[in-house]
Parts: sequence; C-alpha cells; structure tokens
Amino acid sequence: MLQIKNLSKNFGGVKAVDNCSFEIKKGKITALIGPNGSGKTTIFNLVSGIMSSGSGRILFDGKDLTNKSPEDISNSGISRMFQQSRLFNNLTIRENLLLAIDNEDTKFWKNMLGKNKITKEKESQVKEMLKLVRMENFEHKTARNLSYGQKRLIELVRTILNPHTLLMLDEPVAGVTPTLRKEISQILLKLKKQGETILLIEHDMNFTLGIADEVIVMDEGKVMARGKPQEIKNNKKVLEAYLGE
Amino acid sequence: MIESYFIHLLILIGIYLILAISLQVTVGFTGLFNLGHIAFFAIGAYIYALLALAGFPFWLCFLLAGIIAMLFGFLISIPTNKLKGDYLALATLAFSFVVYAITLNWMSLTRGPLGLSGIPKPVIFGISFSSNFSFMILTALITLASYYIIKKIVASPFGKALEATRDDELATRNLGKSTFKMKSFALAISAFFAGIAGSLYAPYITFIDPSSFTLMQLIPILCIVIIGGLASLKGTAIATVFLVLLPEPLRFIGFPSSVVGPARQILYALILLLILIYKPKGFYGKVELE
Repeated sequence: MLQIKNLSKNFGGVKAVDNCSFEIKKGKITALIGPNGSGKTTIFNLVSGIMSSGSGRILFDGKDLTNKSPEDISNSGISRMFQQSRLFNNLTIRENLLLAIDNEDTKFWKNMLGKNKITKEKESQVKEMLKLVRMENFEHKTARNLSYGQKRLIELVRTILNPHTLLMLDEPVAGVTPTLRKEISQILLKLKKQGETILLIEHDMNFTLGIADEVIVMDEGKVMARGKPQEIKNNKKVLEAYLGE
Repeated sequence: MIESYFIHLLILIGIYLILAISLQVTVGFTGLFNLGHIAFFAIGAYIYALLALAGFPFWLCFLLAGIIAMLFGFLISIPTNKLKGDYLALATLAFSFVVYAITLNWMSLTRGPLGLSGIPKPVIFGISFSSNFSFMILTALITLASYYIIKKIVASPFGKALEATRDDELATRNLGKSTFKMKSFALAISAFFAGIAGSLYAPYITFIDPSSFTLMQLIPILCIVIIGGLASLKGTAIATVFLVLLPEPLRFIGFPSSVVGPARQILYALILLLILIYKPKGFYGKVELE
C-alpha cells in the first residue's frame, strides 16, 4: 500500500533519514519504533508532505507522492495525527470534526450560492465518533478548554474522520493515563477489525507490541530490523539499541 | 446645524464599520496581520472618483471600486502567501506605501498631491443622493448589506475553514484544505469591502488626495478591530461607534485644529495600550492568537 524507496533527508550534516526503504501492508497495524532521533517522525513528515525529501520515492497505491503538498497527500487518502495537539483551539469540537469530513463544505462559492448544507449524515458521523470516545457532551465545547487527554482523543477521531485509506498516528498515547491508553488501544483494534490500515509511531513497547501486526525498528535513519512483535521483542540488536539491554 | 453634525457622524460610522469588519475577515478570522487595508480603501476611492468624474453611473463606479480593490487583494495574496505575522504585516504595509506613492506621483491620473475634487454625489435611478441625509440612508443600506454578507461568510463552513487556517495552518492543510486559496479569498473579500468603503468616502467628502490614505488613517481602524475583539463582528460594530464618537468632545473644548488631530491619535494609542494590557482579547473577542 505504502512504499518508501531509498528515502533520505539531511538536516545540515545530520542524516535524519538515510536511504530508508520499507513497505506497509493493507489492513495491518504497522508500528515504527526506535530511539529518539532515529528518524521516525522525519519519515512521517516526509510522507505527509510537511518536509521535502533529499532523495528517494514515496509511493502510495502505485501513485508517486514524493514531495507533494500536505493537502494533496491528505486528498490522496493519507490521514495523519500529529505528536503535539494540533486542534483548532478557538473552534468547537463539532466544528473541528466537521472540518475533517470533506472539502466540499468549505468551498467559497458553494457557501455563497447557498448550495452548502451540512447534511444530517455528517452530523451523525460527528456524533458517532464522539460516542466512540465517550465525549458526546463535549460537542459544543471550545477545543482550547479540553484537557491534554481529551485533546488527544479528539485529534484521533478527527484523523479518523478525515477521508483516508491509511492512518498515520504519531505517538497517539504519549503522555496519556493508563486508562486512556487502554481505551485508545481498543479503538485502534476496532479499526483494524474494520479493515483499516494503520502506521503508528509509539515509544510505549507494551502498547506497541500489544496491537501491532508488524514492527519496523529504526536507528540512525535506517531500518534496523522488521518483523512480528514477538520476533522484535527477542531481537538482541533491537534490545541493545532501543532498550539498552 | 446639530442635526447635520450627527448625520455626518453616522456616515463616518458607516464607512468605518465597513472598513473595520472587512479588516476583521483577514486579521480576526484568518489571522493575517494585514496592514495594507488602507491601500484597498484608497484604490476603491480613486477608482470611484476617476470613473464618476468621467461620467460613469454610480452603480458601475461603486461595483468597479470593489472589484478592482478585490483584484489587488487577490494579487497581493500571491507573493505574500508564505509570509506570517510581522513579515506579512511589513509586506502589506509596503504595498500601502506603493499605492500611496502611485497616487502621489501619477500626476496625469490622480493629480498627485492636488487630489481629485468635485467628485459627483451618487444618482441612482434618477434619485440624487446629494443631501447628507439621503447619503446617510445610502451609507446605512450599504453598511447593513456589507455586515450581513460578511456575517454570512464567516458563519459558513468556509468561514470556519478560515478560522482553522488562523488557528493552525499546517493542520488545516493536513485535512486536505488549500490554505493558499483560503488566504487569497480572505484578502480578496476584505479588499472588496474596503474598496466599497472607499467608493462611499470619495463622493461623501467630494475630494480625495493621497494624504487621506496613509498609515495614520489605518490606526483607528486597527484600534477598532482590536478593541472590539478579534473575530467578533458585534464587538467591531460597538467599537466603531465608540471610537468614532470618542474624540468628538475634543472639538468642543476649544483646542486649535492643529492640536485636535494629534490629540485624537494620542487618545487612540492610549486606549489601545490599556486594552492590550488589561483586556488582550478586546471586549467581545473570542480568539487568543498564539
């Protein structure tokens, strides 16, 4: 589904991503793990168009997405959740979520000619998603007033609502309580059951190994190992580099 | 006498309100620190004056003033698209200096510092709006229409996408929206209404020259936007009335006119400073800029 081919990115003299290649399979949860500075988020930034790559190619469903803009990449079917909260702080939760559903609503002429109606279907999609994260009563709250954990949940559902065939989640459970971690893990497993393809970055090994079908380990911008969670857990090289054991 | 003085104030409130709510579209709703607004006002005023002096009918002059200002708004959005905050403010300010320099130096068209005088009052379907009372009615109608249209725009999903662009441009792009288009539309809409305000100002005063469109004229409009509160049309309307009327008592104290002008600027600066310290969101603002 997603193919990364010989991707490289340098920051000055630092090779953040170094001739990196891997592939993501459809319908699976793939975890990208590795120590800090190993190039995971840079890979995410390159795939989602936030950074342009030095060399290499990014193919998605056979389409070349290398160095495309973030909006083109999003419209190609890749939906990304960021490491830090990027909600629209002055808008309500409902408005945040409606903005994700499609781009037709927000077209200027459609609005001016009165052809834009927020359909009941979209409203019910928003309600359904809020129900999924048990935040039905937060629909009209301003995003700024949510707690960190609530922001992560809303950001997760906003990423899910954005039309996609691949979800990219950058540390979805970083800094959240164990209860919320469990909740997010259940949501991701539910999505997997529905046939979703997910690529995620996560530092929490137990969380990652509990939900991932496949794990890719990165170190110094390169793929160091890949395999099933159990294989990775017993890989000596990984344990040395990642866990310092 | 007192009646015509109040009519004059109401006309000024109308023109300033159009200028301030249209500036809200860029500054308050889209987060674009646009200091070129006065240039769009100037473009509208000059287009209206030139066309009206050439004998064209009111509606054509009025609409072209808005449309040509809008085109300039759209054009300025192209080179400034990647600029943010102070950099965008400087670039748009530079644009207003360029427009000022053109109006000052293109003698054959604008008569430079001599200005354009005798700008005809509107005549619509044979009805002349030459009296100040009838002009006030016209201004009120156009102001209400502008307020209604801008309110409709900012309340629509398109308006929400503008606000999303203001809050987090990258996240907006990440949801598949072109913020380039959003920002261009915002600048074009804002410039259109500033042009419309210019097309009311020119026939009301009947004389325009480059000194009517300098940074000093932008300051009260920016004060209105900040005092009323970012992204609040209601706050902008209240602040417009307040700030237009506020310096008026200075006239009756008996200061010479050379003192009244600077005193007005000092008063605005003082209020702005107090608001920024004690009420940074303005009176009705919902938005805290990051």
